[in-house]
Amino acid sequence: MENTINLTLKVWRQNGAKDKGRFETYSLENISTDSSFLEMMDVLNEQLIGEGKEPVAFDHDCREGICGMCSLYINGRPHGPDDDVTTCQLHMRKFKNGETITIEPWRSAGFPVIKDLIVNRSAFDQIIAAGGYTSVSTGGVPDANAIPIPKPDADEAMDAASCIGCGACVATCKNGSAMLFVSAKVSHLALLPQGKVEAARRAKNMVAKMDELGFGNCTNTGACEVECPKGVSISNIARLNREFLKAKLAD
Amino acid sequence: MKLDSKIPEGPLAQKWENYKAGQKLVNPANKRNLDVIVIGTGLAGASAAASLGEMGFKVKNFTIQDSPRRAHSIAAQGGINAAKNYPNDGDSVHRLFYDTVKGGDYRAREANVYRLASVSNDIIDQCVAQGVPFAREYGGLLDNRSFGGAQVSRTFYAKGQTGQQLLIGAYQALMRQVNAGTVEMHTRTEIVDYVIVDGKARGVIARDLVTGEFSRHFGHAVVMATGGYGNTFFLSTNAMGSNGSAAIKAYEKGAAFANPCFAQIHPTCIPVHGEFQSKLTLMSESLRNDGRIWVPKKKEDAEAIRAGKLKPTDIAEDNRDYYLERRYPAFGNLVPRDVASRAAKERCDAGFGVGTTGLAVYLDFKTSIERLGENTIRARYGNLFQMYEKIVDDNPYETPMMIYPAIHYTMGGIWVDYELQTTVPGLFAAGEANFSDHGANRLGASALMQGLADGYFVLPYTIQNYLADDIRTPRMTGDEKEFVEAEKAAKAKFEKLMSIKGNRSVDSLHKELGLVMWDFVGMARNKKGLEEAIEKIAAIKKEFWTNVKIPGSSEGMNVELEKASRLADFITTGDLMARDALNREESCGGHFREEFQTEEGEAQRQDDKFAYAACWEYQGEDKAPVMHKEDLTFEVVKVAQRNYK
Repeated sequence: MENTINLTLKVWRQNGAKDKGRFETYSLENISTDSSFLEMMDVLNEQLIGEGKEPVAFDHDCREGICGMCSLYINGRPHGPDDDVTTCQLHMRKFKNGETITIEPWRSAGFPVIKDLIVNRSAFDQIIAAGGYTSVSTGGVPDANAIPIPKPDADEAMDAASCIGCGACVATCKNGSAMLFVSAKVSHLALLPQGKVEAARRAKNMVAKMDELGFGNCTNTGACEVECPKGVSISNIARLNREFLKAKLAD
Repeated sequence: MKLDSKIPEGPLAQKWENYKAGQKLVNPANKRNLDVIVIGTGLAGASAAASLGEMGFKVKNFTIQDSPRRAHSIAAQGGINAAKNYPNDGDSVHRLFYDTVKGGDYRAREANVYRLASVSNDIIDQCVAQGVPFAREYGGLLDNRSFGGAQVSRTFYAKGQTGQQLLIGAYQALMRQVNAGTVEMHTRTEIVDYVIVDGKARGVIARDLVTGEFSRHFGHAVVMATGGYGNTFFLSTNAMGSNGSAAIKAYEKGAAFANPCFAQIHPTCIPVHGEFQSKLTLMSESLRNDGRIWVPKKKEDAEAIRAGKLKPTDIAEDNRDYYLERRYPAFGNLVPRDVASRAAKERCDAGFGVGTTGLAVYLDFKTSIERLGENTIRARYGNLFQMYEKIVDDNPYETPMMIYPAIHYTMGGIWVDYELQTTVPGLFAAGEANFSDHGANRLGASALMQGLADGYFVLPYTIQNYLADDIRTPRMTGDEKEFVEAEKAAKAKFEKLMSIKGNRSVDSLHKELGLVMWDFVGMARNKKGLEEAIEKIAAIKKEFWTNVKIPGSSEGMNVELEKASRLADFITTGDLMARDALNREESCGGHFREEFQTEEGEAQRQDDKFAYAACWEYQGEDKAPVMHKEDLTFEVVKVAQRNYK
């Protein structure tokens, strides 16, 4: 009992970082409502290849919502019109027959477009490199059960650690702020005794790197939390501010 | 070709200690002058690159993704095994070793598996120190759960996102080294060939996926850790970008490819829904801890369900066939993956399958929800249930999940010796990319263990033993003739692909290959089918090289060109898998030859003839490869028919 729908797609095409870019309009027919959004994109690309045109470039990989690679801005929302999903988990049953769907890349100063719908998110790696780790090398560490960790702390750290680094928080923020991303990492590690040791230093270094890379400030609109596919909470931002303040006071 | 496994002297439990005691080391001043190339940033690649960087080697690390954190290790859900014995339920290094060899149906090398088990505990310690948020008990200590093929609870987990958390731990350690300047990271860069100088691996040719430009990179040693080749089947649980090209390139440069036919079919995946399907989503094996697998007892019930006239919840308890509990009372729903997959296929082939296609069985949580409450089940598997609901549009708290087997992991891979070195000196292979530890079937929660064991605790030792002889080898510039020629050949291959200008898209050819693989080299194989598969794959190869259509140009980003170059290698892999499956006239682990089964339909090994690793040596384009044997001897493990009854 397969249902199918017909769609009009307005897709952002941009041939390289220097190209100005434009929307192109495509028609698609008989898309199964059981297929995922990216499978619909596959069908579009097969159609374009058949016509001898260049397919639309978009980032995707695991297609099960965990790698954080997919990054489409669909009808004005990062990861499209469903809650707690990445684009690859969005299914066509969320769309109506005859609907026009607008598909854009993440748009943010921190994420320059590489081609079509693909952006460069290496700024996130640079922020992690600035301090998003515990400074331990391989070997010579204590037994895993040497330090008991209260279950609520471990659970809360896990929730913060579930960030997949997709960048939806930045894409949806009117300021282009990376505070949810940074605060999730700062919280994850600060909540655990292993990470607490250098919590202040970490917060300071990661925030400094974020500022340096051109991300905007946080004005507490909360949009990031709404669009986060993993439900990372903005309470992490409050914790980051506390850690950051502590670090500044210590200076 | 010489296959020297280099297994150290001494009793099994002492071999690794003996190796480390006798190995050569490199002093800190010399480490700075030695370059190591690491291909891949999954658990094995990232942990190796980070550890080698920490030690002071100069590391160049490559990934095709936009960030090292995206590698497909991230998708592993269920957990990681270790022999900590925290639950005091009788576990030990010896038992983990034994379960792994037995689970692999006695087709793995004892010494390697023992070392894997013996470093497993160090991995857990390391990850906790990195801040990996493993699940804990209220007392603050680490929690464990059980997995298929084991009678103890030895699996550590972080919700249903264990792979993600372990990879992020390794990624963070890696980025710390990037910051320290010991690791140079190259993202969106694909390795398209190796450079061999005087018989040793001395570098790679890379292609920048954004600009399309080629570059040459020197390394005193090269580590490839690029995962498995499950995507040969097109539909698999692997990520869309996962590919076996770095392995095939190694094979074409002289590295033996071992046991290519050992591919794991995972029993609990979401069934196929239609022809546009791009991948199959895995539902973690951990679900089998609390889920019970069944199909209707009566064929007419199964038919009514397929026609949409009955729901699974309409079937009375007495009319359900919990076939795993029935056939394997000792292990029940937790039999190893190969056994569970074949049992599902057997029921569906017999006409008891459910779903619209009849190619699905139920995984039911009703009993556990009644016993433990919905909240406990939600805490254990919440994200998996949510994932299922988003894909299938069914609520698994109320109605059973539908599952069916799919290609998941490849136990076969590049042959390595005890040092994880391939038959090409200086070229090492780690993680899923090598054939080392899982024999013919991998147990759940052991892939994460092996990837991290190789990267954190094995390679940092063994690679030093190799590099100690290279302290006087100066860095090469990349202008040597071997580098120039390798780059020229790689460029020519990409230009050739662009010049074909045919009519078939890459995906259409890949899907055709995938269907041949699934039908003839999948869950059940036989001589006639495999011979047919080899012919069909040759025809696909011809079609590919004469009729593939790649729009755009080789300059700048061209996704279709990337895919085409990987598909060329998948075709080579598919052929190799079929040949290996044809050669192996026995059933073992994930390799099931219909001609070799017991009266009850269980896999029947032929230990007198096939207790060896089949290692294939490349002979050149369109020439049949030559097979060499590494005989497997078992000094400690008692070889027997696996019995999970």
